[in-house]
Amino acid sequence: MAGSAITPARPPGAPGGPIAWLRANLFSSWSNALLTLLALWLIYQAVTAAVGWAFLHATWEGPDGDACTREGAGACWPFVADWFGQFMYGRYPEAQRGRVNLVYVLALAGLLPLMIPQVPGKLWSSIYLIAVFPVLATILLSGGVLGLEHVPTDFWGGLLVTLVISSSGIAAAFPLGILLALGRRSRMPIVRWLSVGFIEFVRGVPLITVLFMASVMLPLFIPERWSIDKLLRALIMVALFSAAYLAEVIRGGLQAIPRGQFEAADALGLTYAQKMGLIILPQALKLVIPGIVNSFISLFKDTSLVLIIGIFDLLGMVQSGLSAPKWLSPATPMTGYVFAGLVFWIFCFGISRYSHFLERRLAAGGQRTVAKADEH
Amino acid sequence: MAVTTSSPPGRLNGFLYRPEVRQAIYQVLLLAAAAYVAYWVVNNVADNLRRQNVASGFDFLGRTAGFDVSQSLIAYSNASTYGRAFWVGLLNTLLVAALGIVAATVLGFIVGIARLSSNWLVARLATAYVEIVRNLPLLLQLFFWYFAVLKNLPAPRQSHVLPGGAFLNVRGLYLPAPVPQPGFAAVAIAVGLSLLLMAGLWAWSWRRQHLTGQRFPVLGPALLILVALPLAVFFAAGSPLSLSYPELRGFNFQGGIAVQPELMALLLGLSIYTASFIAEIVRAGILGVPKGQTEAAQALGLSNAQTLRLVVIPQALRIIIPPLTSQYLNLTKNSSLAVAIGYPDFVSVFTGTVLNQTGQAVEVILMTMGVFLALSLATSVFMNWFNRRMALVER
Repeated sequence: MAGSAITPARPPGAPGGPIAWLRANLFSSWSNALLTLLALWLIYQAVTAAVGWAFLHATWEGPDGDACTREGAGACWPFVADWFGQFMYGRYPEAQRGRVNLVYVLALAGLLPLMIPQVPGKLWSSIYLIAVFPVLATILLSGGVLGLEHVPTDFWGGLLVTLVISSSGIAAAFPLGILLALGRRSRMPIVRWLSVGFIEFVRGVPLITVLFMASVMLPLFIPERWSIDKLLRALIMVALFSAAYLAEVIRGGLQAIPRGQFEAADALGLTYAQKMGLIILPQALKLVIPGIVNSFISLFKDTSLVLIIGIFDLLGMVQSGLSAPKWLSPATPMTGYVFAGLVFWIFCFGISRYSHFLERRLAAGGQRTVAKADEH
Repeated sequence: MAVTTSSPPGRLNGFLYRPEVRQAIYQVLLLAAAAYVAYWVVNNVADNLRRQNVASGFDFLGRTAGFDVSQSLIAYSNASTYGRAFWVGLLNTLLVAALGIVAATVLGFIVGIARLSSNWLVARLATAYVEIVRNLPLLLQLFFWYFAVLKNLPAPRQSHVLPGGAFLNVRGLYLPAPVPQPGFAAVAIAVGLSLLLMAGLWAWSWRRQHLTGQRFPVLGPALLILVALPLAVFFAAGSPLSLSYPELRGFNFQGGIAVQPELMALLLGLSIYTASFIAEIVRAGILGVPKGQTEAAQALGLSNAQTLRLVVIPQALRIIIPPLTSQYLNLTKNSSLAVAIGYPDFVSVFTGTVLNQTGQAVEVILMTMGVFLALSLATSVFMNWFNRRMALVER
């Protein structure tokens, strides 16, 4: 038994500084230190290889593939410079490419106000994007009216086609996906069966077979005198395909809405359209934003598949640049794919970062209202 | 008190406002529209086919195909039938799917666990892998591996020599092939026997634990049986297995197992791409097990390894397996991109070549979709069975 009180020891000081951080996060044990060294070695190898390829050993100027043909040659950048126009616009006439740029500006004019929370006028931007912009874009891109030269879709290509297919794909797939999701949860058996049948059928087959269907079977489905543009056919199929996936995402959101919300809406005497449009869907869609964004990213990546049925999107344009004899060299394919990859990656990564931002913002909004409600 | 009520609806109006009646009307209308569209499409197809003089029916499956396939798991020549080509393609797809699933699972679990590593650098590296790979189109990755990497390899004479007598060149990967010699059957029987023994041991220790509560360390003895018995028989029978090494003869390698660059590119692309999704699933699964479970296991005195094996992993698997199976299905469906790099998978052989040669678009596409639907149906049957088995039994 102790005879005197022991003065309590001071708590150990919280370790700080970079050394402590290193010890805690990188060298906490022998195996961890080994892993760290292995990772460092991997990073060193990857970075030196990438820098050497993209800068140190790269070719910066040259008239054709011979300039890039030598032992240990890195990237063949003049190939990208030479084909840049085609990568972006396909075979769209050079004199008319300003029209495409104008469409991009018009799209940004509608998108930016929608995406930046601080900018007012969300309703008008949405109306513009849904009702005005598609018409303007079609007129500008396709031409043939108002003195604009007509550019058939065979001439569209590159990033332009990637963006056209993905944006109109999502625009068409979204309402269809909502309808299918509601149909799947409907109390009417025939509506439910048709929705389930469509969704499960489309989700069960690969996109390629659907695109093959668009190119060889769809022409058989319609009377011979009708002819549907090849790009439009691919577009319809891509939209139907992603609608099925979106429907499943949205169904997840619908299932997460408590029964009470449906009952409350019914008790207020709202019609089905009011109940869904004003009460259920706004909550359900907010819940599944990450899923919707994921579907959009998949759709964006999947647009590259249209090259298999002979539509030249960004990747298709890179492929045709690689098969042209002018820039034939061992270094060219890697250069082309790295360029295309960079463009795809910037878009996909950008979209996913934005969705993270949106998620956090919406979650924070929810918490604030809860806190306020508690005060009262 | 004056209450104004709207005049009671007329009889017909009242009838039309009854929900059942309205639902019935909607459904009849929808069904009629769907039936009409179906009728219209079938009519058009019949019309168009008659005009184009395309035969219909499935007789073409018995006719001679007349084309070669670069890789086949069953005997096939250009004198075989279209029906045979169907199976060749299907087996090639299943081969690539099976190999890809194994590779993607291993890589995906490693990356997923690495993302949760306490080592900052390792976790960041795994995150970088996931963020880079899953934001690039799969087709682009396949092209990259095929055209930029594998097609840039040296010619057979300058092959890269890999350890163990394997060679890598622009024509593909050449591996030593195991060739069973007479007496190998005994080894095969030994393997089967040791598996049976292992299962018996497992069952016995399980029953013992249930009766007495004492655990028996199954893993060590089981491994011993699995390795030692077949090895002993192998040497007793005089090592009845030889390796056939690939050798450079003339302009190409002979002997051994040759893996085409198309198959390699497809495997690399599919498994690296799918692994990035599997990694996220694994991470979510492990994070989905509440911390309290680990703490409770530790409070019970379980060791770290036991906590992981008996508490965390079984619960994480319950979260992981359903999305994992759907990734497996995705991988199988994505293997159809083989058509773009010339690997003779099902879509490339059947929906590509056979369709082009016969022109019977409707039959070929229907059969293609039928195959994929059957695969996805089988997967969802498995998933439902698994979910029922694994569902939490709650009070």
